[in-house]
Amino acid sequence: MASAPSHEVAQGGSVAGAAAPSWWAAARSKNGPGYLFLLPWFIGFFGLTLGPILISLYLSFTDFDLLTAPHWNGGANFVRIFTADAKFIQSMRVTLFFVIVSVPLKLAFALGVALLLNRGMRGLPIYRAIFYLPSLLGASVAIAVLWRQLFAGNGLVNQFLLNFGIVGPSWISNPRYSLWTLIALAVWQFGSPMIIFLAGLRQIPLDMYEAASLDGAGRWRMFRKITLPLLTPVIFFNAIIQTIEGFKSFTPAFIISGGTGNPINSTLFYTLYLYQEAFGFFRMGYASALAWILLVIVALFTSFSFLTSKYWVHYDN
Amino acid sequence: MATRVMLQQVQKRYGEVEVIHGIDLSIEPGEFAVFVGPSGCGKSTLLRMIAGLEPISGGDLLIDGQRMNAVPAAKRGIAMVFQSYALYPHMSVYQNLAFGLETARLPKAEIATRVARAAEILRIEPLLKRKPKQLSGGQRQRVAIGRAIVREPRIFLFDEPLSNLDAELRVQMRVEIAKLHKELGNTMIYVTHDQVEAMTMADKIVVLRAGNIEQVGAPLDLYNTPRNLFVAGFIGSPKMNILAARVESADGAGAKLLAAGQAIALPRALRASGPGARVSVGARPEHLMIAPGSGIPFADVTVDLVEQLGGQTMIYATTAGGEAMTIAVDGQQKIALGTALTTHVDPARLHVFDADGLAI
Repeated sequence: MASAPSHEVAQGGSVAGAAAPSWWAAARSKNGPGYLFLLPWFIGFFGLTLGPILISLYLSFTDFDLLTAPHWNGGANFVRIFTADAKFIQSMRVTLFFVIVSVPLKLAFALGVALLLNRGMRGLPIYRAIFYLPSLLGASVAIAVLWRQLFAGNGLVNQFLLNFGIVGPSWISNPRYSLWTLIALAVWQFGSPMIIFLAGLRQIPLDMYEAASLDGAGRWRMFRKITLPLLTPVIFFNAIIQTIEGFKSFTPAFIISGGTGNPINSTLFYTLYLYQEAFGFFRMGYASALAWILLVIVALFTSFSFLTSKYWVHYDN
Repeated sequence: MATRVMLQQVQKRYGEVEVIHGIDLSIEPGEFAVFVGPSGCGKSTLLRMIAGLEPISGGDLLIDGQRMNAVPAAKRGIAMVFQSYALYPHMSVYQNLAFGLETARLPKAEIATRVARAAEILRIEPLLKRKPKQLSGGQRQRVAIGRAIVREPRIFLFDEPLSNLDAELRVQMRVEIAKLHKELGNTMIYVTHDQVEAMTMADKIVVLRAGNIEQVGAPLDLYNTPRNLFVAGFIGSPKMNILAARVESADGAGAKLLAAGQAIALPRALRASGPGARVSVGARPEHLMIAPGSGIPFADVTVDLVEQLGGQTMIYATTAGGEAMTIAVDGQQKIALGTALTTHVDPARLHVFDADGLAI
């Protein structure tokens, strides 16, 4: 009699004990190597992407100066941003102006050069590389420094203008022109959208143009009625990417204005203001709130673009 | 009022490479001319030169007697149907049809009338609001033809328009294009590599090879009297059987040949070939018979493969000398593989070619 329960216990224990290891062993033997290879990505994603995103969301509702523990303040950061922060309004105005002007200009310039390069000229790969070069260098500190030298009061641009008797202003320190120098720098970095446009142009079948030429269409009508509509998926893609890049733009404004956004906040980009709040005044909670607002604005812009795309983007399939 | 197209010593060069070698051709008003030939023979290039999509390197293109070499494509009075259809994917069928007319700044009412008429001819009225991606292959083809019709051109050009369609639809569209030609009466030039299309649609076939015209003529003229070995092999399906032969004797009344070990008595004189000359003798598969007693013996063969097509039996065989032959006989013939057969032929239907491949 005494041995029966112990047998049941042993049996039950053995069943329960066997179930867990068999599942674990199966997972380990079947998927283990896969998870091992995925581990660096998991560490990167959770540790360096998702983790900081969630922490910044939490911090946006706190006062946090990096030295003391975050202090929960509810939505006070957001209330202040929207009701009592003139610099937020100014930085948003500068950034929106920059995006709205530089993105269409850059896309138009990129498309124009891509159209020229698509005409089957000799040495195309060389031109392509030359035109792409500014995109590789453009966001760097060195190019921003160079830009400052070019557009300074005694810079190369003004020295060139002097040849024609024109005394140019100090483009960078004059609030009327300072933002335009940054827009010029952004447009100069047209290489990346140009390459994508070039690929898009190559996808348009030649016989579309041949059919149109038999129909009597000239270059402009072909461009308007065939090239542009068939290129809309690429234009859409480039517009989204460049808009996001525009909102994120930081280095040129930081270098050219010496991190101040001056003269009189005319180059105070949103990201620059965010940087000042975070690393100038150590208001990490407030800066996190600003970052989340930027994310929402970019998401709204992108969503709006996607919503309207069905009216103007033509997909063949 | 149909249009005459004339090519006089027309050449095409890409740099140093000449691909069209001085072509002379006349396409009569209202004629349905088909350019046929293997890939790379220059038939599409020639069509594109007529269309104005390729510059003419030498010679003259005359349309109704007017030199057209330097006239832009749109002003030649030509409409073209492309192999890929070249429909504008972002436009509706109506917009595709109207594009050329809008470009020509025709009044809207006139455009609507012309589009409606073309849509009626091609039975695509219910499709006018659809985009090309919502159409089947056959419907797209109709729209492409409609786009040509609305412009009311002098000449229609077709560049392998049926090659993207399945076999059944191809036959259907072939008939429709032929009907359209009868209805409109325009001059049409059609490019294909499919000799069946050429035979069934053409008033005039132009056989091209390597940038030269090999022969021009009515389909049955080319079938019955091919000018050379290339045309003999290209026109007709299955292709003509060609056997190496030797002239045994020849005089003004006839000739005696030896081919595949078989003596063949020709009841006609051979031009410019005397005894001992090496020649080729050709017989179309459908002209060969396997029943003894009809015609003259042609070649002894061994059967390699038999295909039953229902109304016809195709026999693939080999001569003792290893030359492949195809025999097409009517009805359903049960023939075992390896069977030895003696083929027979009406000697009047034999074709003889000299050592240069020219018919003699």
